[in-house]
Amino acid sequence: MTTTAAPAPTTEPTGERSTFAVRHLLAQIGRYTFLCAVLGFFALPLLWLATAPFDDTPTITASLPRFTLDNFRALLDNPYALSSLLNSVYLAAGTAALVVTFAALAAYALSRVRVPGRDALLYGLLLLSSIVTGTATMVPLFELAFRLNLIDSRLGVILILSGGLLPAAIFILKDFMDSTPTSYEESARVFGASPLQIMRHIVVPLVRPGLATVGVWAVANVWGNFLVPFLLLRGPDKAPAAVIMYTLYTEGGQADLRLLSTFSLLYSLPVALMFVFVSSRYGFRFHGGIKR
Amino acid sequence: MSAITMRELTKVYPGGVRALDALDLEIADGEFFALLGPSGCGKTTLLRTIAGLEVASGGSVRIGERDVTNLPPGKRDVAMVFQDYALFPHMTVRDNIAYPLRIKKVDRRSRGSKAADTADELGLSGLLERRPGQLSGGQQQRVALARAMACHPQVFLLDEPLSNLDARLRLEARTFLKRLQRELGVTTVFVTHDQAEALALADRIAVMEGGRIRQVGTPTEVFRRPANTFVAGFIGSTPMNLVDTRVQGDGLAVGPARLPLPNDAHGQVTDGERLVYGIRPEYLDYSPTPVASALTGEVVVVENLGSVSLVSLDVAADDTEAGDDTGAGRTSVQVVVAEGGEPEPGDTGWVVPRPGRSLLYRDGNLVTATAPAGVPAPRADAAARS
Repeated sequence: MTTTAAPAPTTEPTGERSTFAVRHLLAQIGRYTFLCAVLGFFALPLLWLATAPFDDTPTITASLPRFTLDNFRALLDNPYALSSLLNSVYLAAGTAALVVTFAALAAYALSRVRVPGRDALLYGLLLLSSIVTGTATMVPLFELAFRLNLIDSRLGVILILSGGLLPAAIFILKDFMDSTPTSYEESARVFGASPLQIMRHIVVPLVRPGLATVGVWAVANVWGNFLVPFLLLRGPDKAPAAVIMYTLYTEGGQADLRLLSTFSLLYSLPVALMFVFVSSRYGFRFHGGIKR
Repeated sequence: MSAITMRELTKVYPGGVRALDALDLEIADGEFFALLGPSGCGKTTLLRTIAGLEVASGGSVRIGERDVTNLPPGKRDVAMVFQDYALFPHMTVRDNIAYPLRIKKVDRRSRGSKAADTADELGLSGLLERRPGQLSGGQQQRVALARAMACHPQVFLLDEPLSNLDARLRLEARTFLKRLQRELGVTTVFVTHDQAEALALADRIAVMEGGRIRQVGTPTEVFRRPANTFVAGFIGSTPMNLVDTRVQGDGLAVGPARLPLPNDAHGQVTDGERLVYGIRPEYLDYSPTPVASALTGEVVVVENLGSVSLVSLDVAADDTEAGDDTGAGRTSVQVVVAEGGEPEPGDTGWVVPRPGRSLLYRDGNLVTATAPAGVPAPRADAAARS
């Protein structure tokens, strides 16, 4: 922590000085107490997530568990639990692939071509994107999906989620594209590279940290999205984990804390692991090679 | 290897800036050619237009026998080295050098060995597996040159090739570049704002200003006989002295002083005409004692340049108003003084122009020039000093 609460000076022990030291010490104690309280507030739910799945009678409080793996066994008996995680993977991977591909192409074009009113267009899209997958548009979206025969189809969910994520993804990636010097591309152009070759050989490797960021962000968004798959997918066989979690009740209609806590742990682990993996693999590094 | 011919080449940017203004220029096969000028003069635009990175608004560019005006950069058979080198940071040195061959669909094995050969020629053999970020500035430049050489282009285009190197390395790279160009014999055009670099490297120089070419010539021509006052002021590590003068009989009057009229100016100037007298600081002789036909004034500044010193004199000059000889007009005249003979600030000094070295400008253009043959070379190597 800190040792700033220095002992009162011995040479000139005036009362004024020691009062100051005491006041300083109290201020420090107060500050750290406050910080600990805030930290505890955020840490306790995580602690619950870590202990409850291993407790044979979990409550909504975090406590030292009486260790058991029965909860995991019970979860395996649930016909939809594990397959729903796989469904989540399908939806997240499909959406992330679509979003990264199209956002990269669009951001590159928007970054390199001068279009009048480009920035207004970008900000407008960003504003509208929060509406596309928002609650307010669920009825028209359902209607649209119904007319297009995309009800109860994973493709429909992926398309709608991609539509919602694309504007922000373009916005993020355009920033990455803007910060790569155009002389790389011009150099490749003089050697005769086609636009798609430039994109593949030069631009994509250079903005890889940006692509990784957008990919992770898209996966995390889809992973946590409940409303869209809940409305568009009819049966539990295609439902992702976020929807299945909603069904984990006891016969009495009470939330089944044993299943719920165990499933929550399984549900959050993949995303956490993905963050660790991607940031260690693609972290925000830049190799240099342009002399500034 | 080909000549480059530009006819009435014009480039107008969308904002209305006229970067190139109906420019005619011919660059000979195998020539090492410099485009020189202050920033914003259009030299980089000209280079990029030759490369095809900018589309000409008018006129034509020919490389060899082909009209390339409307060809994309990749079809022009040119290679360009960018000011920042633009080495791909995610590729090794080998992959960087091999990149043009990769585009040309040369198979992996033979392009790898070709890249290694080119790297060998430029002394990069130990660095093939490194990334650009792990190289020094000079090595990066050589990798960029190797990459340009690997595709055997007809023309090399270099954008400010030395500006990103530190001073010591720059001198080394300059010699290296000149030798490399000699050996390859490929037509090479480079852009620079540094007149010393242009004089030292180029076979010929085009001095540009405001999208136009002000003079084209060999370094000697451009240095000794600048065609106009712009070139006179731009070329030379110490700018040429340009002093207002008046023709008086068979002499020139600068304030109270009288200087001899340059030999072949006779008959080309009229008595009483107002001209600009130009003389390089290297071509003035300083004397601490009075001499005839000299400009005189007080020493104001003495700058030590190593083997020589640059001395600035405050000299009485003509006022812009004709006939007003009150001495109100003053001008600064600079002179190069050899080691050992430096005056102190405050001294009074006399400077005598060397015979056959002075130039006269009318409305900014050269009236006459002294015959280049049989004249002494400039003192010291002031021109080559960077």
